[in-house]
Amino acid sequence: MQRYSGFGLVKHALSHHENWERQWRNPTPKKQYDVIIVGGGGHGLATAYYLAKEFGVKNVAVIEKGWLGGGNTARNTTIVRSNYLWDESAALYEHAMKLWEGLSQDLNYNVMFSQRGVLNLGHTLQDMRDIQRRVNANRLNGIDGEVLDAKGVQALVPIMDCSKSARYPVMGASWQPRAGVARHDAVAWGYARGADALGVDILQQTEVTGFKIRDGQIYGVHTNRGDIEAKTVGCVAAGNSGVLANMGGFKLPLESHPLQALVSEPIKPILDTVVMSNHVHGYISQSDKGDLVIGAGIDGYNGYGQRGSYPTVEHTLQAIVEMFPIFSRVRMNRQWGGIVDTCPDACPIISKTPVKGLFFNCGWGTGGFKATPGSGHVFAASLAKGEMHPIAEPFSMFRFHSGALIDEHGAAGVAH
Amino acid sequence: MFYIYCPYCGEHREEEEFHPKGQAHIERPKDPEACSDEEWGNYLFFRNNPRGVHHEMWVHAVGCRKFFNVTRHTVSYEILETYKMGEQPSITADSQKQPREPAAVSHQEGVRA
Repeated sequence: MQRYSGFGLVKHALSHHENWERQWRNPTPKKQYDVIIVGGGGHGLATAYYLAKEFGVKNVAVIEKGWLGGGNTARNTTIVRSNYLWDESAALYEHAMKLWEGLSQDLNYNVMFSQRGVLNLGHTLQDMRDIQRRVNANRLNGIDGEVLDAKGVQALVPIMDCSKSARYPVMGASWQPRAGVARHDAVAWGYARGADALGVDILQQTEVTGFKIRDGQIYGVHTNRGDIEAKTVGCVAAGNSGVLANMGGFKLPLESHPLQALVSEPIKPILDTVVMSNHVHGYISQSDKGDLVIGAGIDGYNGYGQRGSYPTVEHTLQAIVEMFPIFSRVRMNRQWGGIVDTCPDACPIISKTPVKGLFFNCGWGTGGFKATPGSGHVFAASLAKGEMHPIAEPFSMFRFHSGALIDEHGAAGVAH
Repeated sequence: MFYIYCPYCGEHREEEEFHPKGQAHIERPKDPEACSDEEWGNYLFFRNNPRGVHHEMWVHAVGCRKFFNVTRHTVSYEILETYKMGEQPSITADSQKQPREPAAVSHQEGVRA
């Protein structure tokens, strides 16, 4: 792998940037691998990368039916934070946060991780109580956080309407300074390049059409490019996990919903942090390119269509304009939807399954991007050892039968 | 934007008047105490999540406030039919595999999102 550096940039400038090495190969599938990852999004590629780098499993294939990072990795609003309420989820997202902090150096790829802080606004007395509880829980878990009052919020974001005359006045916020945003595509590409350099085969436009299961043990997958064998298969297929689970002969408690986001035309720097509000339900940040990146809640109905309804977009923008009257005349450039696989308790599933050797990492719902490195790391550890990593253990799919749910829904700032 | 036919009001109305309420035709176990953990968990949390024809409940929240059922395709989002609570769908995933009779969807065609 050709390492990227400032010197390299100058060197390649001399040859008009025409001789850059390809970031990853396009190999033909081998007959057999040690581990197969189904799904070439951020989480899948991160899993492959950590498998090869930290756990010495280099005979790995990542099977992707479309192109790399073409699903939710390319469709999210790039927010990264770890201020979750419960110990289990705080451990998982903080694990990811620590990996984010060194990710660009680790991958030798600029993922443009910018720790510009995230505000979760409170608009009611109950919001403020929840915020205090969550910030206290965060601190006990070693996660940075502060409770701000309306003045503190106004000082951080002067353009926000924090007046008492707002329809839902801002009473305060939780503030996580280490949180921020990252460049979503670069995360997928950086992991792909890193994994490829360590010998991982990334097989694009290869669709898994079935699992090869004998006596309750998996030994390979059927694909549109022939059968590929492996004793360990990890599925990281987001919205399509339910379809894969059906192929494995079991059900997952997931429902796929459209989640929409939109970006505005690029404008001059005006917002240097991330603002989220559960109450009016919208969140916003400004990308390095200058466009405002806006998102909100899911469309309530099930859908695989990668698009949603206009009323949802309208409600989102109402919330944004409510908080930022100054944006009322900004024009929106693009609007899109992704398919998110939501769990009843709004926490992911990182788990063994009834089929031996078949593991699932799914159900990230509306907030998977921020967890990408941590999810990949704990899933890789679990695949390598055949036993779940301690951080992943509570996220078993069997919790929906044992009742040990991690009720992150509503309890924490679960707008994403 | 959906344009949904409420079988109780007998009219098409815009999506904003309605809320989706999840999978239809779920039966509560007759004797919850007799359920195993698995059966009870399945009833509470496990839903069909098909890539294709889906039967779901909607509520006409700012209209008649009644729940009713919708058969909808989850990829095209096309509403295939709406029907009252207690009725059975005339269109299912299996019947979809055969060519549809145009009359069966007559005036209930939904607008594509």
